[in-house]
Amino acid sequence: MDAVSSKGMQYTDQGRPVPAEWREDLENRVLAPLAKTTWRYFVWIGFLLAIIALAVVMYIRQLNNGLIETGMRDRISWGLYIISFVFFIGISHAGTLLSAILRVVKARWQLPVTRMAEFITVVALMVGALFPLIDLGRIDRIVNIVQYGRWQSPLVWDLLAITTYLTGSALYLYLPLIPDFALCRDRLGATTSAWKRSFFTIAAAGWKGTPGQRKALDRAMTIMMVVIIPVAVSVHTVVSWLFAMTLREPFNTTVFGAYFVAGAIFSGVAAIIILMAVLRKVLHLEDYITKNQFMALGIFLLAMSLVMVYFNLSEYVTTGYKMEAGAPFHFHDLMVGYLAPFFWGYIIGVIAPVLIIAFPPTRTIKGIVTAAVFVLVAMWLERYIIVVGGFRVPLMPYDARAYAPTFTEWAIFAGAVALFLLIISVFVKFFPMVSVWEVVEHRGPEPDESEVVHHPVTPRMEAPVAPEVA
Amino acid sequence: MLHLMGGRQSVTAMETGMSDPLNERVETDERNGPLDALTGAGQRRVKRRGVLRWLGAAAVAAPPLAFGGETLFGKGFFSVAPKAAAAASIDGRLRRWTMVIDLRSCDGCQSVNKPPQCTAACIEGHFAPQPMEWIQVFEQSLPGGGTRFEPAPCQQCQNPPCTNVCPVGATFSTPEGPVLIDQERCIGCRICMAACPYDRRFFNWGTSAQPAEAVQAMSGMAYNVEHQAPAYRGTVMKCDFCPDMARAGKIPYCADACPNHAIYYGDLEEDVATNGHSVIQVSGFLSDNAGFRLNEEYGTEPRVYYIPGAGEAVGRNPMTKGRMPTVWPWKTTVSGSKTWTR
Repeated sequence: MDAVSSKGMQYTDQGRPVPAEWREDLENRVLAPLAKTTWRYFVWIGFLLAIIALAVVMYIRQLNNGLIETGMRDRISWGLYIISFVFFIGISHAGTLLSAILRVVKARWQLPVTRMAEFITVVALMVGALFPLIDLGRIDRIVNIVQYGRWQSPLVWDLLAITTYLTGSALYLYLPLIPDFALCRDRLGATTSAWKRSFFTIAAAGWKGTPGQRKALDRAMTIMMVVIIPVAVSVHTVVSWLFAMTLREPFNTTVFGAYFVAGAIFSGVAAIIILMAVLRKVLHLEDYITKNQFMALGIFLLAMSLVMVYFNLSEYVTTGYKMEAGAPFHFHDLMVGYLAPFFWGYIIGVIAPVLIIAFPPTRTIKGIVTAAVFVLVAMWLERYIIVVGGFRVPLMPYDARAYAPTFTEWAIFAGAVALFLLIISVFVKFFPMVSVWEVVEHRGPEPDESEVVHHPVTPRMEAPVAPEVA
Repeated sequence: MLHLMGGRQSVTAMETGMSDPLNERVETDERNGPLDALTGAGQRRVKRRGVLRWLGAAAVAAPPLAFGGETLFGKGFFSVAPKAAAAASIDGRLRRWTMVIDLRSCDGCQSVNKPPQCTAACIEGHFAPQPMEWIQVFEQSLPGGGTRFEPAPCQQCQNPPCTNVCPVGATFSTPEGPVLIDQERCIGCRICMAACPYDRRFFNWGTSAQPAEAVQAMSGMAYNVEHQAPAYRGTVMKCDFCPDMARAGKIPYCADACPNHAIYYGDLEEDVATNGHSVIQVSGFLSDNAGFRLNEEYGTEPRVYYIPGAGEAVGRNPMTKGRMPTVWPWKTTVSGSKTWTR
């Protein structure tokens, strides 16, 4: 697919020029972290490992003493672990959305960040899936789920959906990595250590870029990008059904599946904005991930925030208008009571993108990242009020119980966040964080920012005259 | 006619030709009547050879995560089974255990100035760990300002939300109706507790505060889902509706201990129940006295019925509020045990 003119100049498939020195620089930048590592990296890894070690210690304590180590009790029987589960699974939707949906519609602007998005998906799923296990009272009997599993149980739906999604998204991450592994093999093979060289060789799966290989890769990616979208939607739908399949007042609603999926995409996009801002700085990719990507994702975040406003209205107005049994208690909790700080914090976070991104003066990379931080925190708060708020509504004539996560729970939550960052940090050393071949073939150098600002709707992607293809 | 009243006749139901080869006869002590029930679980002896056969047959019948048509419609799938054969009436019909709680006679044990005696007897009989009140006496506000007491055991739903959601089939409905929990299979995910709309499930958050006798009484015996003793940390427990006692012709501890005889226990199939004092025809009693079930709108179809009232039949003034707090009588508990608040 490489369009190379007779003069040796390369063009994208849409005819945009790809200067050789630009390509050289891109490859160097992307491969640099794979080649050398500074002491700062090891300090960072050590820091993360320390947090994880604390979490492991606290988890072992929990194994020894039982879940009494947590703040959960009979009346609020799920807590921070399930909140974190929903939160991480939500984040995992970033990859699918950015990568699969945008690839299906043949968008181009996202290509420099698809790799990161797909990584978030895989890593968030790996970390999120740990939480139901951490939450189990009898982890020693985990094999019972296989031995006696009943597919009538929402928990088994979750298990099946998440394992399917994890397998699918790992495959979907790997496929576009193959040509880049080949690049690593060819460019770094001589200089890197022997075991890393053999890793790249094996991972590249004999990629030589022949037309047959390209066709096969293209077909595989097309299948995966289509398959992964309904799988992703199903995952967060069944996560919501953990709650919606109960008779508890705030959970007993049909909107939950869609509400959770929208919330997942919302938090996932926020996560990718934050991660790409960080990695862009750390890996010095400023020339390749530019304001273009932030602007596009920022607008998307803005749109999703309006969607979330709509869902919240649908949910709260319809139940609040009628005030069925249980609803008055729940609304009191949310608006002025026990959960009011969480609820209003959530509302602020949901509308933050509207306030920040809708106005040109704050529509900057900094502004967009700030909005994303608000959103990420807000979506964590949302899961908190959903789980704790839902369980708090008394089912019988008793006084509502309070819930506060204990140090054990916080430590394990912190450990999970650290694990998330650790896996990404380690992967940065083994996987190119930008899909080099796709950027080169389909995107080319980022258009100038001024071009974006002044001609936001000009179809500059379609270059008017494609040079003659050799 | 169901003979729940006297130990002498108690085996009758079991002796009447259950053709089921899995049937194991329950041995009861002839001297035991309802009033002896408080003396503990030691009398309950169920032969366990049949249990193994049940489990063996069930394991073959239930392939893991089977996606077959049978599973789809929930037939014969549940591989856990009550560890004794189901009780049947004289003409071979399966019992459908039920409970009727007459709130007109429940004063929350204000008149005897004690903690609710149903709860106390249940705790003692089942070694229910602190703070589990498998039958809990709630105080419900009345529209006119007073209160009424509502003893709430597990409602033993006929459409139980808890068993639907269990990922491993550790909680299940038995042929006689009661919903049981196999603590040896439970993985402690607590989704059943999320699903139960009556707050009637209890988790062993730590090593539960049970007396050492609970462990001793059961030592050497295979675990029995109908006993739930000893408590396993990290699993769920609840009221089991005492089907083993019913099979042996006795009424549950709670019904037996009620000083006002407010709790009737019996069989819907034969339409009869008793409080250990008098016998009622269940359908007529419910119709005549405006019987109701908790949260009928949930569609859970509880097997526990209530007769509306606020203790007036035993002279309670609804404006007299409050009851004595429940106490757990254990002088010593198993080592390392802890209590918590629900």
